Amino acid sequence: MNTMNIALNITQTIQDLLVGMMPESVASIVTMVVIALIYLIIFAVAGLYLVLLERKVAAWFQLRIGPNRVGYWGLLQTMADALKLVSKELTGTVKADKFLYNLAPYFVIVTSLMALAVFPFTQEFQAFDINIGIFFLIAISSIGVIGILLGGWSSNNKFALIGAMRSGVQTISYELSIGLSLLTMVLITGSLQLSEIVEVQKSGWLIVQGHIPAVIAFMIYMIAGTAETNRAPFDLVEAESELGAGFHTEYSGMKFAYFFLAEFINMFIIAAIATTIFFGGWLSPFGITDSIPWLGIFWFLGKTLVLVFLMMWFRWTFPRLRIDQLLTLEWKYLLPINLVNIVIMAIIVWLNLTIKF
Amino acid sequence: MSYFSDIYKGIKTLLTGMSVTGKYFLHARKGAITQQYPDNRDTLKMFERFRGEVVMPHDENNEHQCTGCQKCEIACPNGSIEIIWDRGIDETTGKKKKFIDKHVYHLGLCTMCGLCIEACPTDAIVWAQNYENSVYDRTKLTRVLNRPDSKVKAGIED
Repeated sequence: MNTMNIALNITQTIQDLLVGMMPESVASIVTMVVIALIYLIIFAVAGLYLVLLERKVAAWFQLRIGPNRVGYWGLLQTMADALKLVSKELTGTVKADKFLYNLAPYFVIVTSLMALAVFPFTQEFQAFDINIGIFFLIAISSIGVIGILLGGWSSNNKFALIGAMRSGVQTISYELSIGLSLLTMVLITGSLQLSEIVEVQKSGWLIVQGHIPAVIAFMIYMIAGTAETNRAPFDLVEAESELGAGFHTEYSGMKFAYFFLAEFINMFIIAAIATTIFFGGWLSPFGITDSIPWLGIFWFLGKTLVLVFLMMWFRWTFPRLRIDQLLTLEWKYLLPINLVNIVIMAIIVWLNLTIKF
Repeated sequence: MSYFSDIYKGIKTLLTGMSVTGKYFLHARKGAITQQYPDNRDTLKMFERFRGEVVMPHDENNEHQCTGCQKCEIACPNGSIEIIWDRGIDETTGKKKKFIDKHVYHLGLCTMCGLCIEACPTDAIVWAQNYENSVYDRTKLTRVLNRPDSKVKAGIED
């Protein structure tokens, strides 16, 4: 437990503040609630601005201008959209399985928010430094698909069901690649704890340390990560031209907004994992701002947004895959390459061929 | 081994695609094609091929080129063109001659297919590029294309 106490700094600060006012057991519960609220607010807003960023980036790729009416430069556009969604009626189908239908959006949004807890935004700013960090992330990111399956199943709508089943196939397949590509990097770090992984990267980011297999692992991770978030070119889950809106066809108002927000938070999570594992998390390049620790959040967000932009670039460039192409890509290409890559990485770590500064 | 060459080709083509969209992205700020319409209505000019409505151009002597042949009326699939014509005496030759009294064009019926303009042998009617064509009264959609007291340009029938 000693290692956990060092990095739990934000939790610690709030708890120290509260202990003076109330008994310790109450204080620790209140601390959790307060931190959960802080994260909820930050990432609800961040999710909205990711939507705005997506729309702006999409506009620039298509030589358009994008939202520019609500607020300066359209900055309040997604806020207005969210307000509209909150005020909209929650419709549903008559023959829907009411309980599961209402439960599904929460599965999706809660799992994506849970994953955020373990990221080290700076050395101090990390809600929960669990020692099986990466394992936790992989596990949590697979729970989200249950929400999608439930939503599609309980809607009692053929489009939703087809979309949900495709999502199941896709997520189960690409989970393997995500896990194995992260495992490749764990071979170097020797730890699953995210703060430890960042610590290891003080002698060079892992993508530099692991050179060739790390780059291959990163490419596989980005492909599988894009598939995991159900974004184009892997968006057969909601393929507009075939399935209407896919698994969330029957959802409206705030429940739809949960699905929508979860998609963007998931994109952020995938990019944030890549940042932490491959690009040194909050570490600055060549240690240029090591003397000012809080600047780490700037580096973390900067790197994450670059990767988010990369995923948006994918989305607005590539056409959608067919379901057989999707599975061929995973089972015939990504998975075998990944397995070979792990062996190469193991040999490199064994022979000490990693590049360290 | 086509397996590895497939991977190579796949990555290469993906990167080609990304470079194309990347170039568009970088030039987006200069070359945005969006027209912010109500703001720029004073300066907005529609492109030449835009089909606003059918008009009949007149020259400075108030002369048009319509001979009243009615080919446009026949060509129109939904009857938006009605030509009211008459016969009169040609002043120069003294022969009987067909001339239009009114070239009536119903904008409300028109689907902008352009068959009338293709059919016209003398290019008497053309597309106009105006785009704010909504009116409050249905009768305003019925237009008489030839101006009052206008006459056909001399020698257009030859």
